[in-house]
Amino acid sequence: MSLWLILMLAMPVLIGGGLLWKSWSLLHDHALGELLLSTRWRPLSGEFGFAPFILSSLWVTLVSLLIAGPVCVLSAIHLTQYAPRIVLKVMQPVTDILAGIPSVIYGVWGIVAIVPLVSRNLAPLMGAETTGYSILSGAIVLAVMIIPFVLNILIEIFRSIPIELQEASLSLGASRWYTIKYVTLRKALPGIVSALGLGLSRAFGETIAVLMVVGNVTIIPRGVFQPGYPLPALIANNYGEMLSIPMYDSALMFGALILFVIVMVFNLAARLTIIRYEKVSQ
Amino acid sequence: MRRYLSKEYTFRRKIQVYEELFFRLIMLLASLLIALVLLQIVWSIFREGVGSVSWEMLTNTPKGGFYFGKEGGILNAIIGSLYLGLGATLLAFVTGLPVALFMNTWLAPRKRLVNLVRFTLDLLWGIPSIVYGAFGFALMIALGIKASLLAGIIVLALLILPIMIRAIDEGLKASPPGLTEATYALGATTSELSFSVLTRQCLPHILTAILLSFGRAIGDAASVLFTTGFTDNIPTSLGQPTASLPLAIFFQLSSPIPEVKERAYAAAVILTVIILIISILSRIFTNKYSRNTIKF
Repeated sequence: MSLWLILMLAMPVLIGGGLLWKSWSLLHDHALGELLLSTRWRPLSGEFGFAPFILSSLWVTLVSLLIAGPVCVLSAIHLTQYAPRIVLKVMQPVTDILAGIPSVIYGVWGIVAIVPLVSRNLAPLMGAETTGYSILSGAIVLAVMIIPFVLNILIEIFRSIPIELQEASLSLGASRWYTIKYVTLRKALPGIVSALGLGLSRAFGETIAVLMVVGNVTIIPRGVFQPGYPLPALIANNYGEMLSIPMYDSALMFGALILFVIVMVFNLAARLTIIRYEKVSQ
Repeated sequence: MRRYLSKEYTFRRKIQVYEELFFRLIMLLASLLIALVLLQIVWSIFREGVGSVSWEMLTNTPKGGFYFGKEGGILNAIIGSLYLGLGATLLAFVTGLPVALFMNTWLAPRKRLVNLVRFTLDLLWGIPSIVYGAFGFALMIALGIKASLLAGIIVLALLILPIMIRAIDEGLKASPPGLTEATYALGATTSELSFSVLTRQCLPHILTAILLSFGRAIGDAASVLFTTGFTDNIPTSLGQPTASLPLAIFFQLSSPIPEVKERAYAAAVILTVIILIISILSRIFTNKYSRNTIKF
């Protein structure tokens, strides 16, 4: 039993180590800086620049966070501070189901609902032209996918704020909203930031749903209506040819390694902040 | 009272009232939006696909010319997904339940270690499934396993193990310490406490954990992409490649032929229905079996 537990504790290291081992031949031949910063992606001539994919990933994730963040914070305040208990009871299954819907279903929904919405309604509104398969579509789908995840953490965080703190503020004559704005939100700020950080890392690794709506063109996106090619999509799309081009499998494994490292760093930072935050508030 | 208040004060007070009203309104809208998006998702999936769901499609494997819009169904993908989901859930349950119990009985006095395990599991849960897929692929090459049902089950089990353990662990954590003390007082061993008392006490949590993991396993596409291959046949042994619903949807949707796309939408309806059933079941279990838990 202890052995099994030790194996479990070593699992993150094992995964990181395994990916590093598989991408070693690429790292041996190319400088790390060149791999991360170069924009030239020509696997056939042995040039592997990951910058377009990393930047696409950043675009999609940040835009999705811009959409999901405010919605989650507002809804979490509403559900914990204002709404009657019954509303929270109704919202619980809603977020559970949203969290349970598989990624590929979100992708189908993106194709039938979001892509047409972006190309027919949103893009003309901004004076842009697009097929709809764009960063924005990917970001909207991602935003919906991370909403249940972030919302649940936020609800926990707002609940863990000591009620005495709010009572003290209310007893001094502050209004409900004033209390939320200057006491509750201020107290919850580290928690909110780390909840968003967790949402960000979740969004960063999401594969199939984004892959289906984001367009998959190897360029550096310059706006939300342009297509992009995020890192997970690159890995998923090319696994087939992986073994036929030299170094290609190593490059894809390196892609997975980048993904792993970024997600781990965000997760570690966010989880540690939450733990410290919970300790302080108890 | 009113006349003692300055004009400026009443003005500011008014602004505060309107500000609160405004924010209450958009907060309500945010919650409503989330609920409406769920309805919109379910509605648009059903609108696109429900017309193409047929008995023939549910009970046949792909026949010749299936991928050009000819006859056949997606039984291979449905069965494949069930095999993958059930296999991975079983494997994760058999290995995960003892870990969760171990953490809360033997290891319980060593709080820091338990917290470290919880922390690691949370980290593992955050790792994207495509990374698990790539890692599984590397592992397969290292061990010399071919893309097969077994490889898929192992990778999916790794993927859902953290969810399984943490979900059971949450239940165990909430079980009253008095129950443990009473069991020990009767002279029971730690394994008796674990397997006869705590598992029964936490039955609703365990069932929820199983359903949660199963839902995640059956719906995940990115990790099986590398590890299961794809085939038109129903696998008859663990060593054969297998199809799965998410991948069937994904592959058929990228086809230019309308009939094949229709089938992808229909498959999406089937997967959504499975997920909705799981969600409803877990709710029923939580309510029904809560009667057996002892509350202090």
